[in-house]
Amino acid sequence: MSNKSVTRRGVLKSGAVTSAGLALPTIFTASSAAAYTNEPTGGTVTLGFNVPQTGPYAEEGNDELLAQQLAVEHLNGEGDGGCLNTFTSKALKGNGILGKKVEFVTGDTQTKSDAARASAKSMIEKDGAIMINGGSSSGVAVAVQGLCQEAGVIFMAGLTHANDTTGKDKKANGFRHFFNAYMSGAALAPVLAKEMGTDRRAYHLTADYNWGWTQEESIVASTEAMGWETVNTVKTPLASTDFSSYIAPILNSGADVLVLNHYGGNMVNSLTNAIQFGLLDKVVNGKDFKIVVPLYSELMAAGAGENIKGVLGSMNWNWQLQDEGTKAFVKSFGEKYGKPPSNSAQTCYAQVLLYADACERAGTFNPCGVVEALEGFEFDGLGNGPTLYRADDHQCFKDVLVVRGNMNPTNAYDTLEIVEITPRAQVEYAPDHPMFAGGELGKCNPGA
Amino acid sequence: MDAILLQILNGLDKGSAYALIALGLTLIFGTLGVVNFAHGALFMIGAFCAVTLQKIFNLSYEVIDETQTDFLGNPLKVKTPYVESWFGPELGATIIDWSVPLAILFAIPIMLMVGYVMERGLIKHFYKRPHADQILVTFGLAIVLQEIIKYFFGANPIQTPPPAALSGSVDLGVALGFDPNAIIYPIWRLVYFLFAVVIIGGVFSFLQFTTFGMVVRAGMADRETVGLLGINIDRRFTIMFGIAAAVAGLAGVMYGPLNPPNYHMGMDFLVLSFVVVVVGGMGSLPGAVLAGFLLGILESFASTTWATTTIPGINQIIIYLVAIIVLLTRPRGLMGRKGVMEE
Amino acid sequence: MLGLNKKDTSLLIIVAILTLLAPFILNPFPTDSAMAQFNAGYPDLMQRFVIFGIFAIGFNILFGLTGYLSFGHAAFLGVGSYSAVWMFKLLSYNVIPAIALSVVVAGLFSVLIGYVSLRRSGIYFSILTLAFAQMSFALAYSVLSNPKFNLTNGETGLQVYADDPQILQGANAPDLPHLFGLPMRATYTMDVGAWSFDFNAGYYLCAVIMMVVFYLAIRIFRSPFGMMLRAVKSNQQRMNYTGLNSKPYTLAAFVISGMYAGLAGGLMAAMDPLAGAERMQWTASGEVVLMTILGGTGTLIGPVLGAGFIKYFENIFSKINDNVLHSWFAFLPDGLEDAVVFIIHPFIGKGWHLTLGILFMLVVIYLPGGLVEGGQRLLNWIRRKSVGGDDTREGKTEPAE
Repeated sequence: MSNKSVTRRGVLKSGAVTSAGLALPTIFTASSAAAYTNEPTGGTVTLGFNVPQTGPYAEEGNDELLAQQLAVEHLNGEGDGGCLNTFTSKALKGNGILGKKVEFVTGDTQTKSDAARASAKSMIEKDGAIMINGGSSSGVAVAVQGLCQEAGVIFMAGLTHANDTTGKDKKANGFRHFFNAYMSGAALAPVLAKEMGTDRRAYHLTADYNWGWTQEESIVASTEAMGWETVNTVKTPLASTDFSSYIAPILNSGADVLVLNHYGGNMVNSLTNAIQFGLLDKVVNGKDFKIVVPLYSELMAAGAGENIKGVLGSMNWNWQLQDEGTKAFVKSFGEKYGKPPSNSAQTCYAQVLLYADACERAGTFNPCGVVEALEGFEFDGLGNGPTLYRADDHQCFKDVLVVRGNMNPTNAYDTLEIVEITPRAQVEYAPDHPMFAGGELGKCNPGA
Repeated sequence: MDAILLQILNGLDKGSAYALIALGLTLIFGTLGVVNFAHGALFMIGAFCAVTLQKIFNLSYEVIDETQTDFLGNPLKVKTPYVESWFGPELGATIIDWSVPLAILFAIPIMLMVGYVMERGLIKHFYKRPHADQILVTFGLAIVLQEIIKYFFGANPIQTPPPAALSGSVDLGVALGFDPNAIIYPIWRLVYFLFAVVIIGGVFSFLQFTTFGMVVRAGMADRETVGLLGINIDRRFTIMFGIAAAVAGLAGVMYGPLNPPNYHMGMDFLVLSFVVVVVGGMGSLPGAVLAGFLLGILESFASTTWATTTIPGINQIIIYLVAIIVLLTRPRGLMGRKGVMEE
Repeated sequence: MLGLNKKDTSLLIIVAILTLLAPFILNPFPTDSAMAQFNAGYPDLMQRFVIFGIFAIGFNILFGLTGYLSFGHAAFLGVGSYSAVWMFKLLSYNVIPAIALSVVVAGLFSVLIGYVSLRRSGIYFSILTLAFAQMSFALAYSVLSNPKFNLTNGETGLQVYADDPQILQGANAPDLPHLFGLPMRATYTMDVGAWSFDFNAGYYLCAVIMMVVFYLAIRIFRSPFGMMLRAVKSNQQRMNYTGLNSKPYTLAAFVISGMYAGLAGGLMAAMDPLAGAERMQWTASGEVVLMTILGGTGTLIGPVLGAGFIKYFENIFSKINDNVLHSWFAFLPDGLEDAVVFIIHPFIGKGWHLTLGILFMLVVIYLPGGLVEGGQRLLNWIRRKSVGGDDTREGKTEPAE
């Protein structure tokens, strides 16, 4: 305490002496000394990792954080280099980004738009973060993306699956490596047709908020296109913890497939409830009853335990893929943390490398340079095969996985098995597709 | 008809959880006059008693199996639970399978102890403090308990499956003369309802037919007079707090197989259980139980397609809507006593 | 001064000085030092301190004076935010109409809810307000954001799109919330030696508004109206027996505090033009209750302190990670360093809730009057010490820290 009062007096004294000469006015919104927001001036550059650390998605966020730390190590030339060895762009040298050592700060989104913006702002305003990476919900992704656009930093989205993130809410400063609900529908439909036939009757339970709606819309469209009939679509409140009253009427509805447009705790509980009601043991319309969970994640699969056996779904990436990029990443993640990475972890890892690579290729941290370098960028070696960052909407296009709950898992990590790797061409769509219509990308904003 | 029966069943089932939590909450309100925001956390701790017991049963030793490999290509470590090697594979597997029902025995002493420690160590000092202080301290406690559980068990839900014999579902409809598949209901949900009836019945008869219960009821009505009669009411109230904690804990243990426990399940139930208690009426145990089942059934009916198409969003707000209507038409809820928590 | 007695005047002056000098006070550590992690003087957090301070001051007018514990005040904050963003969408990015409308709408909303809820008292009142707020939250999150009638934009939060009408938005006006051309985000950074201090336009707007409403709150506390509200708290029945109808007074208090909440909501939107539905959830209502109790119910300055306390932990402690810890304790031998980090680890970063929960309990156990009582005890202790002739300089500066 006594130190502080001395410090304060020190401040005032030195302030009085130096304020005339040393005070440098910088107004972020007007033109000034810096060329763009948080231009790194010293020997280091700071990245901001904004992930849920409390609340229901805390485990997901924790996994993302681990992956991002690994990415920073690799960028700084520590560890085994991971995907730097397999990435087709060779701009990264393992000496940081543009010769500056990479540092990072972390924040807690709490999976709430407000809290996520607050922590992103603190990283930008206080810690001088030059980009924001991560997150585990579409609402948060859209909110933080909007903030980064206004503040003039780059945003890489993390786990966000709603069409809107690169649809009506797309922003020039934001990029999404993750796949989206439309792609899930496009990848799942052919597999569903092959496994279940084309005259199925589907019953949808949908989480009653934006992401749930876009996924329902996408899955309904793609399954109806191949001949399925949609019996009913029921919205369930987000706060629901028990879905028995939504599951109970399904058997009498004449439906023979249940589609769960749920994620996280909702998905774990609704799937558990559906299994309790014995849906998978029933035969309806002369066919075995089936359940589909369009968006899977490893952590949620672990939460659902035995119940996911045989249940189909889609994923952005899985550690069991056999390409070189995946193997390199799984090896360095597994050796460091003793478990295979989740698909949101891989997304965040890849995004950090891609951002760093774009800076190297652009030769600047200026967001506009980075945006230019990432737009239309084609690469390979980060998993999922050849990948494109489309310039029109900043959506990433790559192979999508259709997975199934493993009937005979051999350990805690292979609870999902890859059924099919849907080629990129099959999940592509026009930038002005009706599900993505509205909104403008706008111009990149360097902030200063 | 079958659809209505099905939703009544669902309602009774949801209502069981509400009623059990509300019952404990009302005991604490009524006997001690304390607003316990940590009651949801007690429910959660109960559920994690089952998780813990399951983990204990699954404690394993590792044998390296050279023929198999793990995800990094190293030899796989095969785990065998100690329970299986001590009791033989079959009996061991049965014990693991029945871990949730066994957890009841495990949870009762733990919850009584948690309740005792909580009351003696913390709540006791807050009897004379304003309700606002009670809210702050119990809310703080709830956060701490929840974070401790998160630290040890993670944020992900953990499955606590029911024993194989009680998992799956039965076709109740056939017995009642409906078509097959008309009323399919999970066995464990029926077990949960019966369990709730037994616990509620037990608590009521305990209060009604024992001397101890009589004193406690007298204490609820007028604490000072009972104290003046030379009866040590404090000791009895401590025990009541323990019982309330145990009721919440058991509700949690048995709830696990319905929906896998996670560290924030208590908070999810907290607000709802307060609404249930208040709709039932402050200080009334039958009111709490009645309101629990009533709100459970109404919630189930509000989530039918018929209801949500008639009034969009009704399933989101039904509980609160009913609470408002009840409180505006009946000033002290369904069966509330005058003067309890009204100022 | 301004119709206040001497004590209140000095309180107001102290608050004014503290808020105006906040950029200095909250940034006591040099930017590059290890302790810079604890600096809170960046625009977003300073704004939050003040805005939640306003929210808590308003809440305290209802709860502190009348004893009516509302568990649904976040609804008014949310409604205020939504109205402000709608003003941005329809009129222009100028914050004045937005803030004005948010106060008005929140006021109307609170008349409605207050009129109904105040028919009951005690916990029945609390649950009624909770029920109204939870209904508002649920509807805002889903039903009111359906594509046909999108009032709230649900999960994502209401925001301004390029194709919104913005009929009064001038051609040259900033594309951000602004006060007659001065953007709320404009920040003047003063570098003094190793220190750097941020002076943010938005913060000072909030700070000035807070001083005005703080002054109003003092006037309400000291007025006959305030006395009447206190009478409601101490014994409503007796008051009714004297033939006074207390309801208009409590309703007025409810509406005033609702308008404070709406103002806070409007300011939040003005600082950051996005309104999320979570603002209306019961956890947010609970937060303001905690802020008020933590700071000191019924005191003037307490709620502001409580608000600052909670927001500080939410924003500062959640950002400390293991790397930061290692850099702090790097001077220790390796084994010891790891041990220290291991011990502290559960309390920081993702464990910030735990720290907050423990502090709630400690404060309420040891300081029954909240943080204000802590401050008073400290002051008394210092006075006693100085009377004893042991005048220590560091002691005197302590309360200001």
